[in-house]
Amino acid sequence: MSAPESDLIATDIAGYLARQQAKDLLRFITCGSVDDGKSTLIGRLLYESKLVYEDHLAALEVDSKKVGTQGGDLDFALLVDGLQAEREQGITIDVAYRFFSTERRKFIVADTPGHEQYTRNMVTGASTATLAVILADARKGVLTQTRRHSYLVSLLGIRRVVLAINKLDLVDYRQDAFASIEADYRDFAARIGLPDDGITCIPMSALRGDNLVERSARTPWYQGPALLEYLETVPVDAGEAASGPLRLPVQWVNRPSLDFRGFSGTVVGGTVHPGDRVRVVPGGQTSTVARIVTLGGDLDEAGLDASVTLTLTDEIDVSRGDVLAAADAPPEVADQLQAHVVWMSEDEMLPGRPYLLKCGARTVSATLAAPRYAVNVNTLEHTAARTLSLNEIGVCNLSLSAPIPFDPYTANRDTGGFILVDRMTNNTVAAGMIDFALRRSSNIHWQAIEVGREAHAALKGHGAGVVWFTGLSGSGKSTIANLLEKRLHGMGVHTMLLDGDNVRHGLNRDLGFTDADRVENIRRVAEVAKLMTDAGLVVLVSFISPFRAERELARSRVAAGEFVEVHVDTPVEVAERRDPKGLYKKARAGQLPHFTGIDSPYEAPEQPEVRIDTTALSPEEAVEQLLAALAAQGIVTGG
Amino acid sequence: MTETMTHLQRLEAETIQIFREAVAESEASVMLYSIGKDSSAMLHLARKAFYPSPLPFPLLHVDTTWKFKDMYAMRDKVAAAPDVELIVHRNPYCVEHGINPFDHGSGVHTDLWKTEGLKQAIDEHRFDLAFGGARRDEERSRAKERIFSIRSAQHRWDPKAQRPELWRLYNARVRPGESVRVFPMSNWTELDIWQYILAEGIEIVPLYFAAPRPVVERDGTLIMVDDERMASRLAPGEEPQLRSVRFRTLGCYPLSGAVESTATTLEEIIQEMLLSTTSERQGRVIDFDSSGSMERKKQEGYF
Repeated sequence: MSAPESDLIATDIAGYLARQQAKDLLRFITCGSVDDGKSTLIGRLLYESKLVYEDHLAALEVDSKKVGTQGGDLDFALLVDGLQAEREQGITIDVAYRFFSTERRKFIVADTPGHEQYTRNMVTGASTATLAVILADARKGVLTQTRRHSYLVSLLGIRRVVLAINKLDLVDYRQDAFASIEADYRDFAARIGLPDDGITCIPMSALRGDNLVERSARTPWYQGPALLEYLETVPVDAGEAASGPLRLPVQWVNRPSLDFRGFSGTVVGGTVHPGDRVRVVPGGQTSTVARIVTLGGDLDEAGLDASVTLTLTDEIDVSRGDVLAAADAPPEVADQLQAHVVWMSEDEMLPGRPYLLKCGARTVSATLAAPRYAVNVNTLEHTAARTLSLNEIGVCNLSLSAPIPFDPYTANRDTGGFILVDRMTNNTVAAGMIDFALRRSSNIHWQAIEVGREAHAALKGHGAGVVWFTGLSGSGKSTIANLLEKRLHGMGVHTMLLDGDNVRHGLNRDLGFTDADRVENIRRVAEVAKLMTDAGLVVLVSFISPFRAERELARSRVAAGEFVEVHVDTPVEVAERRDPKGLYKKARAGQLPHFTGIDSPYEAPEQPEVRIDTTALSPEEAVEQLLAALAAQGIVTGG
Repeated sequence: MTETMTHLQRLEAETIQIFREAVAESEASVMLYSIGKDSSAMLHLARKAFYPSPLPFPLLHVDTTWKFKDMYAMRDKVAAAPDVELIVHRNPYCVEHGINPFDHGSGVHTDLWKTEGLKQAIDEHRFDLAFGGARRDEERSRAKERIFSIRSAQHRWDPKAQRPELWRLYNARVRPGESVRVFPMSNWTELDIWQYILAEGIEIVPLYFAAPRPVVERDGTLIMVDDERMASRLAPGEEPQLRSVRFRTLGCYPLSGAVESTATTLEEIIQEMLLSTTSERQGRVIDFDSSGSMERKKQEGYF
């Protein structure tokens, strides 16, 4: 603690405690090797913050004489080097966590060694840090090691880096030595995607305490902050996840009695309020948050990192491992992924062997294909690899036993990061960062089919066909299609409903809303609808499908008389007033480009089989109209 | 956007997340309850983690029969709460042979009652996961301990075979016979605990507050004469004196050094702690042998 702080403790403990309560927390990682003076730097930070007790200091004096490297002077490195074995070898072999606090802030430091073989430890330390302090030796500049540390820090999603250019005393505190290293570093950082405004370079001598806690008189040419000053004032930004959509992986279903059913977990993305619409992923059901329950009372809001228990207004199925997500922005769901994988085990990766993959609160079985390539952490080159061994990093495809909800790691560390566990030893063997879901292309040949479409249809006792609903967003397509399906189902007709939104979550997840993607969207759905009519089903398709050409394409895929085009005709003003998904509002605000009816055209059908005027008909009346049309085309029997 | 959480809110949320994860991933969990302030804080956090459900695990007190009377009173009060199931284990060998710190020394006493006793209790109840209140700031060798720490079927800790812990993902998988020690308060510091006790109004054993108590001075340490067993073993010339003392850590009373103090409120304790210059564990006789002793103890199965 600093001098003014200890005065306050002595004279006004209540005032001091009040200030303590308001402190925030910064977690950072330090990277560098013993040679860079990293342990000395941390030891010095602890010492200067007056956080070393007398008995520890006494032990330090004894140790400094026994095994110290400073000729009997205090060896600050000994203050932080933990396990006995490594203290005697003079190297730090694992991640150690240190705690210190200043007047402004509390700090948790992940102290990791810099040797090449310890990529595993650096990755571990970086996974919970929001900032990195990377040490460089002023005499040596940006070394391979510096680049390796920076790459790993960037890979783990840290966007704020301090380059501590240490041992400046050994180059006579020369500004040009500092400036050229800074220029080199910024050059390199740009190549690995570290933002330039996230980088701060500080000229230092940890041994002599220059620019560590206070700005040094020996570097008058340096105008920036001392290290501690910077750490105390840098914004503790929570990154992408805080401003992103709600993500709450359910850890535990909280069910003390039949009257209470809550879902306990930590908010790892966005914020949540009572009344928010949420979606259970991967199930897909939606509900509304009823309460945010804590022992201290219900909350009006829970933000990033809060551990809470949510109750929902509906009785829906939610289990451990599901993610409660913003209803309108759920995570992706996939069972084929590409990821960056860091191998952490002495036993090398075995492609094809099933490992356990844990992401959030969900554990599934996963097999890895041979790496697409390995990354040389020193040169950043991609090299061919058949496997990964300890401390190697590669880009791999994973195949999971069941689909999992996820976000790309760059969007959310918690829903995008995973570990792999060996089934036999139970050891954590790898960490991974999901890049994206895979779409497998493969060579598919036509296969002769002996049971044909007529045979399928005959078995079902009714005709097959496609009922294609087209209309603006919010026109009522899904409502009417749903109702029609219920009626048909009740009549014993085998149906399948393809809904635009749902298909975009799965089959067409890779498509956006540009014109080209809309065309592809419809093409795929038309193909699926055709396959289903081959199976003898009555397929209800509910898609905006704004372009005539694609609807004609869909029509051309099935036999004459099997296609019923339904124009759900709702004027844009009416649809915009309904706006059930809040999309028009977003579109008007410019947040949804290419929105049909706003800045993307809708081509109304010229001669649809059925036209439904939703301003004149109720959905029930519309369904009667449709049943009559289907009977007229012989798809169902009249009645 | 929400206001930034304070450091205590963050620590609390992290601890709750760890509790939930550990319970969900284990078959039979238990919380080690030592009656000290860290245990009190941990119990409070556990209740928060599972509210409104009752605690989904029992508490285990590995008793040595040599705790302070005030500690037993506190323990019985906690055990009386409707949501608490308390298991008390006393090593039958120690009971039979009357193992005590005076005749057998602090090392043997602690090893047999606590280290062996804990192993027995875990084996007997087939617990596969046990929560403990240890923190990384307590001692240098703890700084590298994992939050989920694996113990072999022989309860040994292998510092070279620790599992990497990334993000908030914990691996609690063990083979039959192995168990996991989980330290949900790893990232708390001594000061954080005191502040939390103050902020949440958590009840702690009165021995933490200064009061006139009968003590004798042995090897520079103030030892409280808590009951007859101590009174009958005073060395010639040792005369209990009533002094205003309190305890910074609590264990077996003949092994817990008191400090002279007038701090009778939490605020005063924190004030004293912050202005003092010796670290918390120094009051524990067990750590005195040599540096690295805690590391060895842990390898042998000390919690």
